[in-house]
Amino acid sequence: MTSTIEPEIGRARLRKEDARLIAGRTRWTDNLALPGLLHMAVARSPMAHARITNIDVDAARRMPGVLAVFTGADLAGEQGSLPCAWPITEDMKSPDAPSIAVEEVNFAGEAVAVVVARSAYEAADALEAVDVDYDELPVVLDLEGAVADGADLVHPDLGTNASATWVFDSAEAGTGTDVERAIADAEVLIERTYRQQRLIPAFMEPRSVVVDPTGEQLTMWSATQIPHILRVMLAMTLSVPEHKVRVIAPDVGGGFGGKLQVTPEEILTFLVARRLGKPVKWTETRSESLLSAHHGRDQVQKLTLAARRDGTVTGLKVELLADMGAYLRLVTPGVPILGAFMFNAIYKFPAYRFACTNVFTNKTPTDAYRGAGRPEATYAIERLMDELAAELGVDPIEIRERNWIRHEEFPFDTVAGLTYDSGNYEAATAKAKELFGYDALRAEQRERRERGDTVQLGIGTSTFTEMCGLAPSRVLGALSYAAGGWEHAAVRMLPTGKVEVVTGSSPHGQGHETAWSQIVADQLGVPFEDVEVLHGDTQSSHRGMDTYGSRSLTVGAMAVVRAADKVKAKAAKVAAHMLEAAEDDVEFAGGAFGVRGAGAEAKSVSIQDVALAVFAAHDLPDGVEPSLDSEATFDPENFSFPHGTHLCAAEVDTETGRVTIRSYVAVDDVGKVVNPLIVEGQVHGGLAQGIAQALYEEAVHDESGTLTTGTLADYLVPSAVDLPEFTTDRTETAATSNALGVKGVGEAGTIASTPAVVNAVVDAVRHLGVSDVQMPCTPMRVWQAIRTGRTDAGGLGGEAGGGLGSINPEGGAR
Amino acid sequence: MRITVTVDGTTYTDEVEPRQLLVHYLRERLGKVGTVVGCDTSNCGACTVHLDGHSVKSCSVLAVQADGGEVTTIEGLARDGTLHPVQQAFHDNHALQCGFCTPGMIMQSIDLLADNPDPDERAVREGLEGNLCRCTGYQNIVRAVRDAAGHMRGGAGPEAEQVRETRNVVGGGN
Repeated sequence: MTSTIEPEIGRARLRKEDARLIAGRTRWTDNLALPGLLHMAVARSPMAHARITNIDVDAARRMPGVLAVFTGADLAGEQGSLPCAWPITEDMKSPDAPSIAVEEVNFAGEAVAVVVARSAYEAADALEAVDVDYDELPVVLDLEGAVADGADLVHPDLGTNASATWVFDSAEAGTGTDVERAIADAEVLIERTYRQQRLIPAFMEPRSVVVDPTGEQLTMWSATQIPHILRVMLAMTLSVPEHKVRVIAPDVGGGFGGKLQVTPEEILTFLVARRLGKPVKWTETRSESLLSAHHGRDQVQKLTLAARRDGTVTGLKVELLADMGAYLRLVTPGVPILGAFMFNAIYKFPAYRFACTNVFTNKTPTDAYRGAGRPEATYAIERLMDELAAELGVDPIEIRERNWIRHEEFPFDTVAGLTYDSGNYEAATAKAKELFGYDALRAEQRERRERGDTVQLGIGTSTFTEMCGLAPSRVLGALSYAAGGWEHAAVRMLPTGKVEVVTGSSPHGQGHETAWSQIVADQLGVPFEDVEVLHGDTQSSHRGMDTYGSRSLTVGAMAVVRAADKVKAKAAKVAAHMLEAAEDDVEFAGGAFGVRGAGAEAKSVSIQDVALAVFAAHDLPDGVEPSLDSEATFDPENFSFPHGTHLCAAEVDTETGRVTIRSYVAVDDVGKVVNPLIVEGQVHGGLAQGIAQALYEEAVHDESGTLTTGTLADYLVPSAVDLPEFTTDRTETAATSNALGVKGVGEAGTIASTPAVVNAVVDAVRHLGVSDVQMPCTPMRVWQAIRTGRTDAGGLGGEAGGGLGSINPEGGAR
Repeated sequence: MRITVTVDGTTYTDEVEPRQLLVHYLRERLGKVGTVVGCDTSNCGACTVHLDGHSVKSCSVLAVQADGGEVTTIEGLARDGTLHPVQQAFHDNHALQCGFCTPGMIMQSIDLLADNPDPDERAVREGLEGNLCRCTGYQNIVRAVRDAAGHMRGGAGPEAEQVRETRNVVGGGN
């Protein structure tokens, strides 16, 4: 047998996944049809906070094709409470979270009734006939107002809108000194309040669930990132035996954290199908998705940075209010806490304090969205570093250089209590500056300012890092997360020498089938084409923690490597027997076992030969089981820390406020790269979402709590014309926390780019008296900032459609 | 209402509700689930197909409007096992990740190239403005379309690339 010569790891392999996807041979959940399939539709509350006084479903029941209508009262006894797996403090306040409202609704979009009909059209028709009476209750929307004395309460029985306050203090933790002392002694203080607007993940495939209750195991197909967690949570939430439930995530069309959830609709579809004894499908409309699928971000960040006049940072104090929305979903409370470890970023702060209060409002629940806690932190610190540079009249990159961890200082214990294993900020920054043409752009900026050009040029810097590879189980335990952070894999050697890899990661666009095939091809010396990757079905892939938090490669693929190691160890025993050699004398290289030092012409056996011999099992060494198949569960010892330097040049039309990104350079260090094509694609997509936060996207609720950005005409997911051509490149320092040396790349672009863009916008107009523009930096907001010279032009442009004309003087999500 | 539609080379005659959208007819009646629904306001373009040689958003066309017409979906592009050059270019340039927008994106790209066989970057971006992708940041999609343009020059491409000006279509492409 031949073996692969060129290593697969590092090759720009075209993706295996594409063949089906470009031909329309797809298995989205909504594509599924089963005999007797019924269709469910969900009636949702238009009220953000109200008591349900009456629901009349008689007319709906009489509609053509309708088989059943259920209200909260019908399902209250069996729906349980939707799970929250992250109680961040012992005294965290958490309301009961019904999948369908029973007596009270707490956000506009909450389910109040479900209709089941023969067709989706008939179900939608019958929704119109569901008649619900409400008594309005006071609506709580504003974060700061929600925690003020005498505020109306979202959940009066909790007695407060504050769910929990989580604090990290470097003096108390012993990782640094006292931040109040640093502030008192500061030569320079930068105090800012930044707002992280509310975002919507807006995956392209709307969520869909099909439940078939007719088999021995009840089977759920769902457009989810987390089939394994979903199965466990269904069992725990609904008290069904876990072994009687099978969950399948078929083709899943994007997630970005938005499908990291146990959804009300999954529970409801399950309950309805079980009750009717028939397969039931629910597929959301886009408006339903924007309205009721969890949102992301939404924080008010009060920040104080202390420094000396020479630019050395001496302390950082972070006080956050984080909007939970109306309920705590799967990891809602933990999302802002993930940021606690990242505000200090790549800088050597001696003193640091982070305090976050999680707040209930009558809005759609928030939860993970690409980056989850880390974009918020990175935005804050990278904006602050630019503000410090401006305050001191120093170049923004120079101010960073004075404070960042130098490459020879790794491993580095941070003030937030993490150990960064590797990195080289100098190298990434040098490369980015060169690709960007930094000095020439600065010269042009000066020239335009002097000339008083109506279009001003700004340069934004972001030297970010992030923590990936969620997560070491012991750390998650210390953070009160309910589960571990390991990942599982199995490698099966088939008799003909082909390989099946079973992974607990659950891809939804990332390209795991390709990347895992490359890794296994190298590990076992088999052709790339001979590897099949199985995932996303709890029956074939029985253990897993799924895909989020840039964890798949750093944790999931490491489990694959460990399983492959075990295959090789088992095969070595058999190979030694076949070669009539001692096991210690046998070595494995290029897919074949041979006797060490025996020369190229000596007899060798390929791993495929061994697989066949094991299948036959006629002549195995004593005590050797006739199987090479192996499993492994990998629990990382540390996070990984991708980093990079992103530079953005933005042109701001001072007469219209319009921002145009002229060039964008991203130099990322994501450690060793398995497939550069996939890495580049991840960076591109991440940049698009981070830039969208900076310039376009905001979920806006009006004063009654109605989402006014409930369609893709109002919630401005950027199109091809709204984004620039990116220049991407890499530097490489291997992670030392895993054998592959990989760091993860799924969230890097999103985390890095938002502050780079806003820094560029502010830099373009700072000489006009502007020191901040609230996100998204719509033309209206930028124009207003320039006109008034206000230091924190927030207010305007917070309406649906992102500041395309109408004026809302209150602004923002108030 | 009774309609007769040719879809990917096969002619179907069906009774449909007057209100049924073309995309639902394709998916639910004909099993052409390669064409997908991504929104309900015709912003995303995931459902893009060709009707009589022009791209349409099939969520904005009634099935009855396709009566007597010829529809090409993503499933009908390959010829004798050979991918359409645009399909091939999407693969070659890593122009898809989750793949949900891909059918619509490919159908719209073919339409764009029929109108402008050699678009520059700007023209590609503008031509695809009605199709949203959340994964790729569009850069590799733009690359793929320009790459496909290179392969399709000289009029040697498959039939699906050719445009026939037969009639005006309600609910048009962009």
